[in-house]
Amino acid sequence: MFKLAKIAVRNIRRYRRRSLLTISLIAFGVVFVLVFVAVSSSFKDLMVRQITDSYLGDLQIHRRGYVASIETLPLNLNLSPQQAVNAAKVLQETPEVDSFSERIKFGAMFSNFTETTNIRVNGVVPEREFATCPQMATRISAGDKSVKALEKGKILVPALLARGMGSKVGDTVVIVATNKDGSVNGKTMVVSGILESATGPGGRDGYIHIDDAMEILRMTQREISEFAISVQRPERIDAISALVQARLAAMVKDPAKMPFQVHTWAELSPFANIAKMVDLMTVFIKAMLIAIVLISILNVMIMAVYERVREIGTIAAIGTLPGKILSLFLVEGLFLGILGALAGMGVSLAVIFGLYLWKFTFSFGQATGLVLEPTIDPLQVAIACAMVIGVSILASLQPAFKASRMEPIDALRHV
Amino acid sequence: MSLIVAHSLTKTYATESIEVKALQGVSFEIEAGAFLAFVGPSGSGKTTLLNLIGCLDKPSSGRLAVADIDVTQLERKAAASFRGQNIGFIFQSFNLVPVLTAFENVEYPLVMVQEWPLVERRERVLKVLKAVGMLEQKAQLPEQLSGGQKQRVAIARALVTQPKLVLADEPTANLDHETAYRIIRLMKQMRDNFGTTFIFSTHDTRIIGEAEKIHTLEDGRLVEDQERRAANV
Repeated sequence: MFKLAKIAVRNIRRYRRRSLLTISLIAFGVVFVLVFVAVSSSFKDLMVRQITDSYLGDLQIHRRGYVASIETLPLNLNLSPQQAVNAAKVLQETPEVDSFSERIKFGAMFSNFTETTNIRVNGVVPEREFATCPQMATRISAGDKSVKALEKGKILVPALLARGMGSKVGDTVVIVATNKDGSVNGKTMVVSGILESATGPGGRDGYIHIDDAMEILRMTQREISEFAISVQRPERIDAISALVQARLAAMVKDPAKMPFQVHTWAELSPFANIAKMVDLMTVFIKAMLIAIVLISILNVMIMAVYERVREIGTIAAIGTLPGKILSLFLVEGLFLGILGALAGMGVSLAVIFGLYLWKFTFSFGQATGLVLEPTIDPLQVAIACAMVIGVSILASLQPAFKASRMEPIDALRHV
Repeated sequence: MSLIVAHSLTKTYATESIEVKALQGVSFEIEAGAFLAFVGPSGSGKTTLLNLIGCLDKPSSGRLAVADIDVTQLERKAAASFRGQNIGFIFQSFNLVPVLTAFENVEYPLVMVQEWPLVERRERVLKVLKAVGMLEQKAQLPEQLSGGQKQRVAIARALVTQPKLVLADEPTANLDHETAYRIIRLMKQMRDNFGTTFIFSTHDTRIIGEAEKIHTLEDGRLVEDQERRAANV
């Protein structure tokens, strides 16, 4: 094997310019893929974190049918007090769950005594909400940025609404809502902060203390609209979702009548489609890399075989078995792939590190000042390199096979 | 004892329009340890005959045994294996692997064909290189060697596996007379040193006289056998 490798390396050096061109092409492909993967996955992760840490959580639990009607925030589809207690118990007993926040969501009228508009309100337990959605504080552009912003009697007003209504921190406003029995109730509240928008559903909601929500809706016991859940390992979100679902199902006698529905953030946010598109683009970019490697290696190896016909004839004549001749060319193609992959990996890591240091800022939807800090998962680097190496072998197969099948007598006659 | 026995060998190359009879019923026997030349004009069938003996090609008809093996029946892989174990080749254009040094070229059959262990391999290669007078140039690439030196390396490569038979097709065609003569003398000396049978083809009248036995071919037929320095060559 060592001799095969030595001969392969020397043949690569023998056609220095051509080998360099091939290695550069492969390296370019690897750089393109890895930088794209780094930037796109960092962008995706950043946006997902923005969405999940700002308001959505990684998982949500609702009563069955609630999500389908979520635009109307139906109070009659809230979880019953007992169901809410049961769900909370499951979440407390699931170690994979980092924190959770129960919410009462309802539609209401927002009045500053001169104008009135509608608002979607979340009644939350402040400590739990800030723990589950840690970026909540960063969205508060004016006013108190701590849990005190959601003390009883206070409201965090969405920025768009505050601008439209001219509301400022310290202003007194009235929230009026209809409860599920149809009676109307209102409560005077003080604006404690202005909440900047975030991309996706719930990004323009206002927040109040859960007790205030119960008071406005005249609830005697907590009827929860949704549980927002933060998990410890978001990359295992599907498995954790299934686990929570199973544990909730275990609490009911008839699983067919399971009252709970568990949704991941991807099932609730339209950004999941963008994330899927990014993933799809990554697949296309990888396909391009495969094409680049395939064509480059195939071309260079066909040339190598064509130019070394007499040499192949000689080594075949002196008794080199076809398998060894096949190996000679496969190893040569493999080394071209490895060199290209290594060069590409080196340049990619340098570019990604440069981009990381640059801290490129951008806006996406309502979110502004997002900082892109691309990083690359070593697994992605390994996949790209393995792909290049695998395709290099594949591309070398045909020329290598052709070389190994050459009749020495014909090859020796070749001019 | 005969190393090679050929009986009624024919070889016909057929194209779409014509049929070329390269060999027409050639029969002969060659003893082990012979230093023999096939001579004749271009197109007389010398190379075809060497290709058949070297298991690089198969006859259209007839029998051919090399070292008691019916080589006409060997499959592709078996033929390669047989060549690797029993036959050394010397080519007109030297055919050294350009990326390997003189040492590595000679070492090649021991690594890629016979898989000798490192220490024995090295010892053997140095011995053969010394025998052909190329020890000092062992680290040089073929492009750094003269024609005569390249052919010396090629002879060393052919001998390194201790084959029963070395086939040389026009080994001196690309060399000047003096070098050609030295190469033929070297081949003979190697035969004496290693006991290997040497068969070469040539139409160079200046070196034919070095052969101990000469088979003359004309139009694919063996026309005469001459023992040692035939008068009419």
